[in-house]
Amino acid sequence: MAQHEDTYKPGSRLEQWLDERLPLARMMHGQFVDFPTPRNLNYLWTFGGILTFCLVIQIVTGIVLAMHYVPSDKLAFDSIEHIRRDVNYGWLIRSVHAVGASMFFVAVYVHMARGLYYGSYKAPREVLWILGVIIYLLMMATGFLGYTLPWGQMSFWGVTVITNLFSSLDSIIPGLGTKIVTWLWGGYSVSGVTLNRFFSLHYLLPFVIVGVVALHIWALHVVGQNNPTGIEIKTKSDSVPMAPYAVMKDMFALFAFMLVFGWFVFYAPDYLGHADNYIEANPLVTPPHIVPEWYYLPFYAILRAVPSKLGGVALMFGSILILLFLPWLDTSRVRSARYRPIFKWLLFLFFFSFLALGYLGSKPAEGVYVMWAQIFTTYYFLFFLVLMPIVGVLETPSPMPRSITESVLGEKSAGSAAVAKH
Amino acid sequence: MSLSSRITGFVRDMIAVGAAVCMMSGFTASTAAAAGGEPIHIDRQSWSFAGVRGKFDNDQLQRGFQVYQEVCAACHGLKRVYFRNLAERTGPGFNEEAVKALAASWPNQIFDGPNEEGSIATRKGAIIKRPARLSDPILGPYDNDNQARAAQNGALPPDLSIITKARGVEYHGGVIGHIGYMMRDIVNGYQEGGADYLYALLTGYTSPPADFKLSEGMAYNKAFPGHQIAMAEPMTDGRVKYQNESVPRTVAQYSKDVTAFLAWAADPRLEERKSMGWIVMLYLLVTCVLLYAAKRRLWSKVH
Amino acid sequence: MASEAENPNRRDFLTVAATSWAAVGAAATLWPLVQQMNPDASTQALASVEVDLAPVKEGQAITVMWRGKPIFIRNRTKAEIEAALKTPVGELKDGKARNSNLPETAAATDQNRVKKDHANWLVLVGICTHLGCIPKGQALADAKGDYGGWFCPCHGSHYDTSGRIRKGPAPENFPVPPFQFVTDSKIKIG
Repeated sequence: MAQHEDTYKPGSRLEQWLDERLPLARMMHGQFVDFPTPRNLNYLWTFGGILTFCLVIQIVTGIVLAMHYVPSDKLAFDSIEHIRRDVNYGWLIRSVHAVGASMFFVAVYVHMARGLYYGSYKAPREVLWILGVIIYLLMMATGFLGYTLPWGQMSFWGVTVITNLFSSLDSIIPGLGTKIVTWLWGGYSVSGVTLNRFFSLHYLLPFVIVGVVALHIWALHVVGQNNPTGIEIKTKSDSVPMAPYAVMKDMFALFAFMLVFGWFVFYAPDYLGHADNYIEANPLVTPPHIVPEWYYLPFYAILRAVPSKLGGVALMFGSILILLFLPWLDTSRVRSARYRPIFKWLLFLFFFSFLALGYLGSKPAEGVYVMWAQIFTTYYFLFFLVLMPIVGVLETPSPMPRSITESVLGEKSAGSAAVAKH
Repeated sequence: MSLSSRITGFVRDMIAVGAAVCMMSGFTASTAAAAGGEPIHIDRQSWSFAGVRGKFDNDQLQRGFQVYQEVCAACHGLKRVYFRNLAERTGPGFNEEAVKALAASWPNQIFDGPNEEGSIATRKGAIIKRPARLSDPILGPYDNDNQARAAQNGALPPDLSIITKARGVEYHGGVIGHIGYMMRDIVNGYQEGGADYLYALLTGYTSPPADFKLSEGMAYNKAFPGHQIAMAEPMTDGRVKYQNESVPRTVAQYSKDVTAFLAWAADPRLEERKSMGWIVMLYLLVTCVLLYAAKRRLWSKVH
Repeated sequence: MASEAENPNRRDFLTVAATSWAAVGAAATLWPLVQQMNPDASTQALASVEVDLAPVKEGQAITVMWRGKPIFIRNRTKAEIEAALKTPVGELKDGKARNSNLPETAAATDQNRVKKDHANWLVLVGICTHLGCIPKGQALADAKGDYGGWFCPCHGSHYDTSGRIRKGPAPENFPVPPFQFVTDSKIKIG
């Protein structure tokens, strides 16, 4: 755990009794009240708390929905309509869960972009970052499994397309891919059997996420938070205690986030979904356009940018797995892109490429769309594999403040703070 | 930092920015050109239930139900809507006794087999059925999809319960316009694309262009993808006799009313959702303001 | 007690043996848990179907379900057969016949895609080999693609009148399922 003074004082005799046996309150106090937080954090740092909130919301609404939902190919679609129409506040709870999935991904993308910009993946935060990538992968799996459950046309065909990705393994070992796909489906096509197991796993994975989130927070509290300057906390004046400062800021940001969340829940609950998912799944009719949920679109564009099936699959998984190696691909000594004049622009272009890939993923894979998807896919990998290592070595960083305090209060006071320390 | 390294740094910056701008503008321009194809334009209608303050107009819903009953119900079911819904608080405001009578006289009855002898058909061979009650769904004329296809020349008339949600309008245009279009709809809480499409479809029957090859048994429709639709033009002016004579008896009016009714059928909790939304949004806004003030005050000691 | 101290090798061996034995048990326990995911007995029971071809006129096609997959059966016209015969195998994207009734190395000639003496009957697993969508082309009014066979609306793959991939992202020809003619107008798939 990051070094700071333990100020926990058990108040009552009960607390004292417990403290001698299981110092839980002491740990919570040390980690979530006294914990030193860099004083210069901006609002992008509030998304960790927002993500925790999203996870709790999804679990609570999900457990409630499971009380009414029927995981069967005959009844799943009907049971969702039953929830929307007849269950008391069912429409609300379902909206929150469906919109909540999107909001979860909005928050995670902001959280990850912040980590990329301020170099939060760099030493000593490698394990923290890798745990984050694992959480993101688990979220994608959970979201995918969950989107199956309404058993609409997009659910059904989305599952068919994505699970079929494994059949590309046939080109390495003939028959292996087909075996895996049959095993995943529990039959020779996507069916009620598949739906049933996906429901079971959709219920399980969020609790696995809870576990990895606990590790993620643990790792965060060992190395401490990064901050916009990318300079570690050196003196006491560089930080403020988490409570009440960071907590109050997080609370405000959380409610601001809930304003957007609420707007979608009440005024555009279907906006982030697809109309075809209000048509019950039909194995004999393929929708003209199969598109995944918006949060997978960039990766879907990468998949389709490659003419070879196995190549597309490899690149798609590679585009996510590459994130695991970021701490070692970035060769720069400077953390924050704020002080990296060239890298900063390359990173903005990367963000733009990612958004553009998202747009292209929603378009049919034809003509000029494929060409642009190929260009942006190339840049995606170029950025991580070539530009990041090279620029880190070549670039001259711009002048940096000497400490967090200096970056907030200007040179003078930082000097005096440093003097005061001696 | 020396002047020369500053200059080279600046040049490198500009190259990076230049590359970024070229790539972005090239992308937006070329996709705008690519978004052509053969887009079908669907006009927006002014729906009373659209937007953040949207509410259903009960008179319109009742007229719309009349159109459904007299025209659509000949082929299409409404199986996710129950007769009781018509008399519920969230419904179009029909009188409960009237709905009971309507249910009892609804021609498409409820399957009621097997009987005491274990048979699912009467002596004459018809499937055993009973009149509908309030708790029963509003069924269409066909027992199953195969029967419907056999009667309709191979085409399946879809159930209309959630048809306005199951249809949508695609945006045709470039990237920049798309972003503006999305933002406008989100801010206005507009998700009535399905209703717009349905209205366009119902009023979209015209004679085909001279060079258009229409297959046998198909009708030409401006709004339908591919323009060939198996459903023949369902309505003509004056076909449905509205009780209120001040309401025009035109295809346009019928289409508007029945679309509004089907929008209600697809989302009967719309009014409840939108009115609760204001309370929640107001609460969140007040909390935001309070928290922001508290945060400012707290942090003023630090900065 | 003394003998134990004198014989440390024996204790090592026992530890290794006991641990390995326990590992075997753990692996064996996993087996049913993995296997339960595979198709169950009721799914496997639907392994074969018989189809009466008599009602399918020349130029028409029907779709039947076999193991949850749509099977396309097309009664091809003379023109369609000729077009398929004329295409040189070298021009094809996938040169293999993909016919479960023939060896894997068979070339994708039209003769190898159908049964001898029944060249008008084309029987295919109607799932796009790209990502598993159901291609269009069964109904008379459907878009049949650039080669008069089938067209997949998902990602734009075109198949010819022998069900071979000609254009688009799909890597393989439609597979021909295992089937045989029971009589001249009846087939058994599976």
